[in-house]
Amino acid sequence: MKQIIQQIFRSGKFIVGFSIFTTILLVVIVYPLLIPDPPLNIIGQGTFFEPGIYVSVFDSISSPQYTLNLDEAAAKRIASKLGEEDRLAIKEWLIASGIPEGEIEIENTEKLLDQWFENYDPAKNIPGMTNAKRNYFIRLNKAITGLLSDEGMSITVKNAETGVLEEKGTIVPSAYVNVNEVPNVRVLPLGTDNFGRDVLTELVAATRVSLQIGFVAGIIATLIGLTLGLLSGYVGGVVDDVIMFITNLFIVIPSFVLLILISFSIGQDQRGAFTIAMVIGFTSWVWTARAVRSQVISLRNRDHVNLSKLSGHSVVHIILTDILPYIASYVVMALILQISSGILAEAGLSILGLGPRTTEVPTLGLMMNWAMIYQAHILGKWWAYFPVIITIALITFSMNLMNTGLDQVFNPALRD
Amino acid sequence: MANQKELCLSGKGLTKIFGLGGRKTVAVDHVDFDFYKGEVVSIVGESGSGKTTLAKMLLGLISTTEGEIYFLGEKRDIRTHRKKKEYWKNIQAIFQDPFSSYNIFNKIDTVLLDCIHMRGGSRLPRAKKIEMMTEACSFVNLKFEELTNKYPFELSGGQMQRLMIARIFLLKPKILLADEPTSMIDASSRATILDYLMKLRNETGMTTIFITHDIGLAYYVSDSVYIMERGRFVESGTADEVILYPREAYTKRLINDVPKIYEEWDLSTV
Repeated sequence: MKQIIQQIFRSGKFIVGFSIFTTILLVVIVYPLLIPDPPLNIIGQGTFFEPGIYVSVFDSISSPQYTLNLDEAAAKRIASKLGEEDRLAIKEWLIASGIPEGEIEIENTEKLLDQWFENYDPAKNIPGMTNAKRNYFIRLNKAITGLLSDEGMSITVKNAETGVLEEKGTIVPSAYVNVNEVPNVRVLPLGTDNFGRDVLTELVAATRVSLQIGFVAGIIATLIGLTLGLLSGYVGGVVDDVIMFITNLFIVIPSFVLLILISFSIGQDQRGAFTIAMVIGFTSWVWTARAVRSQVISLRNRDHVNLSKLSGHSVVHIILTDILPYIASYVVMALILQISSGILAEAGLSILGLGPRTTEVPTLGLMMNWAMIYQAHILGKWWAYFPVIITIALITFSMNLMNTGLDQVFNPALRD
Repeated sequence: MANQKELCLSGKGLTKIFGLGGRKTVAVDHVDFDFYKGEVVSIVGESGSGKTTLAKMLLGLISTTEGEIYFLGEKRDIRTHRKKKEYWKNIQAIFQDPFSSYNIFNKIDTVLLDCIHMRGGSRLPRAKKIEMMTEACSFVNLKFEELTNKYPFELSGGQMQRLMIARIFLLKPKILLADEPTSMIDASSRATILDYLMKLRNETGMTTIFITHDIGLAYYVSDSVYIMERGRFVESGTADEVILYPREAYTKRLINDVPKIYEEWDLSTV
């Protein structure tokens, strides 16, 4: 036993798969301890906030202020405010004012503004300019001048009794706060989803639930498949015929169709994560049963089984001690594959809207389902679905890698 | 002589057919035989002649298609597990391939303890069991202290087959069925294995059925010989009758196939 474990941990593929999988497991276990927020808590008012660090505006105004005189501060401020459309409008004006096109660089904010202040004249008309366009240029000029002023803003508070606005202080453009001193800063590494939930917290919780679904489904499927396979392979005869008839029925009906039908007929209210796991388990045991059966058939006529019979052991004893240990490695590998395909089946069901009830737990499939319904993929909100896809891919990849590694250890013909 | 010739195991019209319809194979075809108590019988035939199938039917490991087996003069009844277990106290086997005869997950102690338990010794004190296992191992010149807590695959083929004999020593069955017990063993261990087998037979007086393709070995050990060809017994009788004065062409061919070290081999007929 010790030797086998040593051999398993010498297989490169197994080690890579195992470390990916344990990392995922560790994150799933440790993350909720560090950030104990309820995963389905709606924190954002609005859909799909971008990933980033969110600093409380209110708190930063009342935080200690520092003056930093940075040269590029104004330019950066304007650069972020000047949209693509505004820059193109400026370019249009400059060309109309007779500046050669080659001298205009719309990405170089400083140069562009210098040219603008030299050439802009509110009284001037450029050919073909409508009244609306003229007003637009006036507004644009005002905005730019406002951005460049260093007078700052004043903070006023409304007096509760008189209703008069009282000035409390001013904020100059060179005032800074230290983020560490702002009491309310929220990091949203993966932004928020369509409901305004923190995607990362939700993703971790969803991974946990999906892994649980996978494990429950895998264990159920393996147990059913193993029991039926052992029975039909070892006992043979009529038992074999009956079990194989049922198994072949299940093979002919695609299990995913069966899964959809069962999930649908259970109804939205009854579908918890555990129910879905059971449904997946009950529809995916077929190949395990067939594979175990064929292994048992080749084992049951071996001499050691005959010897065990001659020693007067019962059928149950023979199955447990003379058959099961010989196929144990195979069953473990089948279990790993069943778990990963259970996770995929849940994702598939949930995308179709037949997964667990949406209000209780997040699962990887449900997150994809929400992202799809709210058109995250069309709106380009990658953080709502891409991390989920990566997580599913990593889980199945690591499990398949572990399986291949185990296969190489147990099947000497496959060793490199 | 008369009371020595007591019937032990006999068969009437024993047949085994594998498969159904057009693909059926007749492995054993209506064979009749009488094995007497204390006799050493050899069943000789080429591979595929149905020897092992016959052995498995005699052991009750596979069902018979037709015919009856009589054990100690009575019709054999092994329809329930209890009756089978009772039958297997009387008939035991040594298989051809020692490497596949053991469950690789069980230690050697388990193999021998199973035999003691089968003889109803499950309540014996631990020391007594160890004494019995030590005695059985020393019978075949193995040291139990060295084997305890070892796995069968840590032994050599010869040692494994000797352990098989130790197993039979503990079980003391009325009939031993040895299915080519030496064919997977190298030539030097072969003689040792046979010696232990014959020693065990002489001590216990059990009926021994050798199944072999080696007619020389059959002549060396047996009282009577059955020659099997394509599922039928073509010739039977005492060892001297069959091997010294063969009547059937098949038997003659088997005898001629025995390689003779001092003669030049004629490979042109191969």
